[in-house]
Amino acid sequence: MLYAILCYHDEDFVASWSKDQDEAVMKKLAVVQEKLTQQGRLGPVARLLPTTAAATLRKEDPPLVLDGPYAETKEQLLGFYIVDCKNLDDALDVARDLGAANPGGACEVRPVGVFRPGGNLT
Amino acid sequence: MSEADTAWIETALTSARPQAVGALLRYFRDLDTAEEAFQNACLRALKTWPQNGPPRDPAAWLIMVGRNVAIDEVRRARKQQPLPEDDQAISDLDDAEGALAERLDGSHYRDDILRLMFICCHPQLPATQQIALALRIVSGLTVKQIARAFLVSDAAMEQRITRAKAKVADAGVPFEAPGPVERAERLAGVAAMIYLIFNEGYSASGDTAELRKPLCEEAIRLARLLLRLFQSEPEIMGLAALFLLQHARSNARFAEDGTLILLDDQDRSLWNGTMIAEGLALIDKAMRHRRSGPYPDPGGHRRAACARRRRRRKPTGRRSTCSMARSEVVQPSPVVTLNRAVAVSKVRATAGRARPDRAAGAEACQLLPFLRRARRLPDAARPQRRSPHRLRPRHRASPTRPRRPPTSACISIA
Repeated sequence: MLYAILCYHDEDFVASWSKDQDEAVMKKLAVVQEKLTQQGRLGPVARLLPTTAAATLRKEDPPLVLDGPYAETKEQLLGFYIVDCKNLDDALDVARDLGAANPGGACEVRPVGVFRPGGNLT
Repeated sequence: MSEADTAWIETALTSARPQAVGALLRYFRDLDTAEEAFQNACLRALKTWPQNGPPRDPAAWLIMVGRNVAIDEVRRARKQQPLPEDDQAISDLDDAEGALAERLDGSHYRDDILRLMFICCHPQLPATQQIALALRIVSGLTVKQIARAFLVSDAAMEQRITRAKAKVADAGVPFEAPGPVERAERLAGVAAMIYLIFNEGYSASGDTAELRKPLCEEAIRLARLLLRLFQSEPEIMGLAALFLLQHARSNARFAEDGTLILLDDQDRSLWNGTMIAEGLALIDKAMRHRRSGPYPDPGGHRRAACARRRRRRKPTGRRSTCSMARSEVVQPSPVVTLNRAVAVSKVRATAGRARPDRAAGAEACQLLPFLRRARRLPDAARPQRRSPHRLRPRHRASPTRPRRPPTSACISIA
């Protein structure tokens, strides 16, 4: 069974880490990731850019683009895509296509800061 | 307490600081009382958090505890009689504050933080005092840290901050919730002040560059904070993008002997890719609003284009010259004109001519002495150091748009 592990934290807090603190945390995480990679169990890993870089597309008709991250509590996270896009507009176009295929709810579009495609999961 | 514990708490206190001090300022309407209340709450946190674990919302906890301690202090002073020990008045044993803190009204926070930042850009404060005050009050840097960044003695910086605080206290800060127009005006003032902080770090050179780097990082932190509070403000997106794209190159901007390396000669592998990605994402967001204001624009295209070309060398920059021509209209200044001249000469040079365009080059050369003169003037008269408020009469920005930012000379050419 594949599991997605979604990481939540206080962004103000993480943004206040010094460069050294940040690197230290990444180093400790790398140890865990390395272990999983050795076992052939690690899929893609992504560290997202801050929510300030996010935009949200409400999948209504017509679709509505809002600045900022998805901030409602009445809907739940049901899935995600990693797509290579030229820029934000390109990414929003992809989200619009997804919205046209499956209206309702919202897509948050957020650039990925660090991406490791990961191993050999099938 | 292990070092890891204190490091964790320090980070939590730093990140909670603007919100907590902002809220305490709203309660007490006095900066010194608010700061002292926050300090007391921090002391209590250092004692309590390692035992009880982190509160769910550190900022709310600090506000609650700070408020209680300060009220006790006030009562004590008023009654001139001993009150029960603090430890009894405010329980350290269980997390009673935590439950109360949950009920604090969150809707004020945005204006609290904005007000806290806004009092630092009082029109009567010279730019250097604005920055020092903001770094002390909003960011919570120690006087020693700020003095180091400004290359002055601790005593001199202490005095500068004390003077600034006295002026702010005399001025009287409006505490009622701001209307949309006031809010936009405050936002504009604050954006310009954060820009000054960044500039202070970015315009450093040689051996002081490393010392002043934290100022750039702090400006980025504050810009992100502001953007989280005002998510749909393209000017703030542009401001944050500007900082990120500029600061991403910080490791490549200086040679070992401290001399400046021009953009074209920089080792692009030293650029910070994540920061560039974030900056570009923010430019994309700002451009969606299709409004022209000062921040997304000055050289924005050029920087974005350069950043996108980390691997290719040849700048084309036609869009950037257009954008800069627009900047000249939105934000006329000799620096912008010079930047445009440089960009134009580069575009024409890469368009097939062996040498940079003479007319544009001549224009640039003509402006250089002017620019040098501008940068050599004493602090009070330097255009990029002038308090943003003094620009107001000449430049009436619309209330929804920040006033013209001071422009750094080296921003587009280095």
